[in-house]
Amino acid sequence: MSITLNINGTRRDFDGDPDTPLLWVIREELGLTGTKYGCGIAQCGACTVQVDGQTLRSCSAPVSALAGRTVTTIEGLSSRAAKAVQKAWVDLDVVQCGYCQSGQIMSATALLEQKPKPSDTDIDRAMAGNICRCATYQRIRAAIHAASSQLAG
Amino acid sequence: MNRFNNDEQRRLMQLLGVEESFAPSRSRRVFLQSAGAAGLVIGFGWLAPTSAEAALPGAEGAAAGPLAPNAFVRVGTDNLVTVICKHHEMGQGNTTGLASLVADELDADWSLVRTEYAPSDAKLYNNLLYGPMQGTGGSTAIANSFLQYRGAGATARAMLVLAAAEAWHVPASEIRTSKSTLTHASGRRATYGEMAVAASRQTPPDNPPLKSAAQFTFIGKDRSTPRVDSPSKCDGTAIFTIDVKLPGLLAAVIAWPPSFGAKLVSFDGADAKNVKGVTDVVEVPEGVAVVATGTWAALQGRRALKVQWDESASKDLDSEALLARYRAQAAQPGTPFAKPASASAAPAAVKTVEAVYEFPFLAHAAMEPMNCVAWLHDGMLETWSGHQFPTFDHVFAAKAAGLPLEKVKLHTLVSGGSFGRRANVWSDFTVAAVNVAKAIGGRAPVRLQFSREDDMGAGLYRPMYVHAVKAGLDAQGRIAAWQHTIVGQSINAGGPMAQLLIKDGIDPTSVEGVEKSIYDLPMLAGSLHSPTLAVRPLWWRSVGNTHTAYVMETMIDELAVAAGRDPLAFRLSLLGKSPRAAAVLKLAAGKAGWGKPRRAGVAQGIAVHESFDSFVAQVAEVSMRNGKVRVERVVCAIDCGVPVNPDVIRAQMEGCIGFALGALYYSEIDIKEGRAAQRNFDTYRALRIYEMPRVEVHIMPSTEKPGGVGEPGLPPLAPAVANAVAKLGGPRVRRLPFTRAGLVET
Amino acid sequence: MSMKARLIVIVLGGMFGSLASAEGLREPESFSSITNPTERSRALFVEAGRVLQHPRCVNCHPVGERPTQGNDGHPHSPLVVRGSDDKGPIAMRCTTCHQDANYEQSGVPGHPRWHVAPKSMAWQTKSLGQICEQIKDPKRNGRKTLAAIQEHMAHDSLVGWAWTPGGNREPAPGTQAQLGALIAAWIDSGAACPAL
Repeated sequence: MSITLNINGTRRDFDGDPDTPLLWVIREELGLTGTKYGCGIAQCGACTVQVDGQTLRSCSAPVSALAGRTVTTIEGLSSRAAKAVQKAWVDLDVVQCGYCQSGQIMSATALLEQKPKPSDTDIDRAMAGNICRCATYQRIRAAIHAASSQLAG
Repeated sequence: MNRFNNDEQRRLMQLLGVEESFAPSRSRRVFLQSAGAAGLVIGFGWLAPTSAEAALPGAEGAAAGPLAPNAFVRVGTDNLVTVICKHHEMGQGNTTGLASLVADELDADWSLVRTEYAPSDAKLYNNLLYGPMQGTGGSTAIANSFLQYRGAGATARAMLVLAAAEAWHVPASEIRTSKSTLTHASGRRATYGEMAVAASRQTPPDNPPLKSAAQFTFIGKDRSTPRVDSPSKCDGTAIFTIDVKLPGLLAAVIAWPPSFGAKLVSFDGADAKNVKGVTDVVEVPEGVAVVATGTWAALQGRRALKVQWDESASKDLDSEALLARYRAQAAQPGTPFAKPASASAAPAAVKTVEAVYEFPFLAHAAMEPMNCVAWLHDGMLETWSGHQFPTFDHVFAAKAAGLPLEKVKLHTLVSGGSFGRRANVWSDFTVAAVNVAKAIGGRAPVRLQFSREDDMGAGLYRPMYVHAVKAGLDAQGRIAAWQHTIVGQSINAGGPMAQLLIKDGIDPTSVEGVEKSIYDLPMLAGSLHSPTLAVRPLWWRSVGNTHTAYVMETMIDELAVAAGRDPLAFRLSLLGKSPRAAAVLKLAAGKAGWGKPRRAGVAQGIAVHESFDSFVAQVAEVSMRNGKVRVERVVCAIDCGVPVNPDVIRAQMEGCIGFALGALYYSEIDIKEGRAAQRNFDTYRALRIYEMPRVEVHIMPSTEKPGGVGEPGLPPLAPAVANAVAKLGGPRVRRLPFTRAGLVET
Repeated sequence: MSMKARLIVIVLGGMFGSLASAEGLREPESFSSITNPTERSRALFVEAGRVLQHPRCVNCHPVGERPTQGNDGHPHSPLVVRGSDDKGPIAMRCTTCHQDANYEQSGVPGHPRWHVAPKSMAWQTKSLGQICEQIKDPKRNGRKTLAAIQEHMAHDSLVGWAWTPGGNREPAPGTQAQLGALIAAWIDSGAACPAL
């Protein structure tokens, strides 16, 4: 049985076990390694992608659930909000080891796409699922605010 | 990290077998110098990558000269400067730091600076503070490289200047360099790229003069050197070990012993082999490896694997039982590590403060679980990993593969965090990966990947420690007595560094922070018990200071209160021999408004500690609601000697504080029936964004030699918070983490 | 009923209760010995309460902003709040992690309509009597008639998740059909709420 996925605007077919977590299909079948494995139980957020504009922990979704849906990974981010987020992340030197940051950026982008002027509480709640063991949180918060200002232009 | 004398260095070299030459570095340099054109990849046997390999991560030497005067810098005709970084980047920013050192002396344009990670070569790339070993840890990267990398950059600049002087027929002293450009008053101008070939023909000067601090353009100049690894870590292109791609790469997971010390009896791989994608089920010394065409298939295969273990000797280990045993040991004198200056003349103690402190096992829980790619081919071994201790990994990988050192090539990649886990003198997961590669007959490259559960359950924890302290004040409120007993595993015992580091039965990593305290404590009598357990210990970010600083800084605080004195003033009265500690303490206190009234329900706690040649003081501003602690703000002051990248220093302080706070709140590995009870982030909680306090960092201006930055921000945090909690009327917490005392809102 | 008779009922009810938990929910018929319809009605609801107040149900009927999880009802980790539509805040929607079905591979439970019950249907910290009043009140129960309540309890698949929670989660007692029968009998006997 073949599942057709739409990943970053490209149709890709997957013939393996439909129950395979989307994360491993993205990483190893499609070779898009920007999305990371950190825990496998939807606790850490390193595997975050976007589906139809909403965040998804790809370790916690069978690939079959994504048939016909639009999936965006870190490699495919292109919205105004995404560009503002990535620029703010670089401007403020948010990253340390960087392993969690694809997931952080995916969540931050989803937040700003839906609420361009988030409060600190909005940020707390939107980003609560993304662990950073390097604790770059202060800069993540500052970068979200910076991106928000930039989007407001 | 200790510095080794010559005898110790020789012994270490023998121990590790690095006397053998395995990198013909000199001849390689000559080759590179004469290469000529930009981007030319040198064919030098298997050492240099082919053009295909050059695209792989860790393709060292891919950026060729032609200007390549030493092991650390290359200047291409494309005008790019490549800095070869001998240290491992696990997030702490040393790539940017090392590049800054070179770029400043070289007067390079920062946007034209590139970096790559050095091959494993203890002769060229050793950590100068370790001796004959290449490795990163103990917050020594910038400290040991400060003069070396600056010298490398200055050498390249000198040769460029000499070449321009020759070409333009002008004195070298009249040539100016700035932003990768050479200029002369006469209007002559050339980029470094244009001058690189001519420069490569110059004789490298032996001791080129280095800039004075006033001349620095990058070192210490805030925001002049954006992190070189930021962009790739923000767009998904940074390659971690888990991302490595190789033709025919297989994925492997190991069925590890379920309890520490369990022995493999038998296994049945029939069901595992039936899982689609599984290619092999093979025994390795570490357990049973399931190898497959993808990581998910390997994990599924392992679920279907049936394994019998002999746990008859391994199920006894239990955290609570251990703590009881440690507490009993702490009541007895151990091996002395500090003797009172004069045994008899101590004034009588009129007030005594006695406390027993208990610290749990801690896992590192870096975001990227441990992993290593191993490829046996053509009579050699290649590995890809976040090799934090390349020399050890190199030697033990060679041993596991049965190959001479020169047939083993390490590719060091950035890693998703370490906190000490990847720096280990057993090279556990490197060796395991090699064993898997061997077990499949070396027929394909294989990545051994730890699942999160494997990673958290593997041991190599920050050990459990118990401290028993009995301190006394005399009638004047001065410290008159201090008896201090520590119980906990020696991190280095039984390992290759044991002979070198353990002296008179004392592992310095167990007592650092108590031994040679910044405080005037001539009466301190310290002793140590170092039990041996079935679970292997390892250093965890800031090592012994993770527990000693908590004890010292809360006990000092309690004594201050008992003496009726302000905790800041009390500390200052004891810092006569540590002016840098006193200064950084005053800086933090001043910036935090110590002593000024706070709004109701908020209190400040203070702590200061020296570790890894840096001095850090923190004031934690804490509130409590419904008995739950909330850390609202931390003011941090650091004296790390001359600061190289101020923003990296700030980031490291922020990170250390968050990391320490998470551990204080939540972290413990409970060992029950010989295995870790916590296996993932659901039970081993990490600090999250909504728990992060506001952090303000103040860097002490300094011209002292650089100290460490990656770890020193950690030790003062927990005691500063604990002291604030006590000031708010909360309990004096003696057993960590805080969740045990019901102090944390979940 | 005399005090003695009440005591006998309570003791017997307790015994039956403990037997029943080993076997599942009691059938409505087993309550016919309680002749007083109001008492019988209450007793039926108390039995149904073994489901309603079971962790699999009550975890998603929080009073405040945060659902709970586990048999000990600890706050959901990671931190999630109900948000403006009881389906999570922006960028941390329930569907960020919870999919259409339990996903054994990650251990995360799922259902197509995974969400937190609205505040009007909060059950945590409430007594069974209060929960009963809430369930009966059209202003707080989503404008449902009693018959619709019974239909919901007996056949709604999100309610049904409580019996197939996946992983190591302890299912609610009995079966959804048994719950439906109890609620039907409760309604038939006057839908009386326990005093407490």
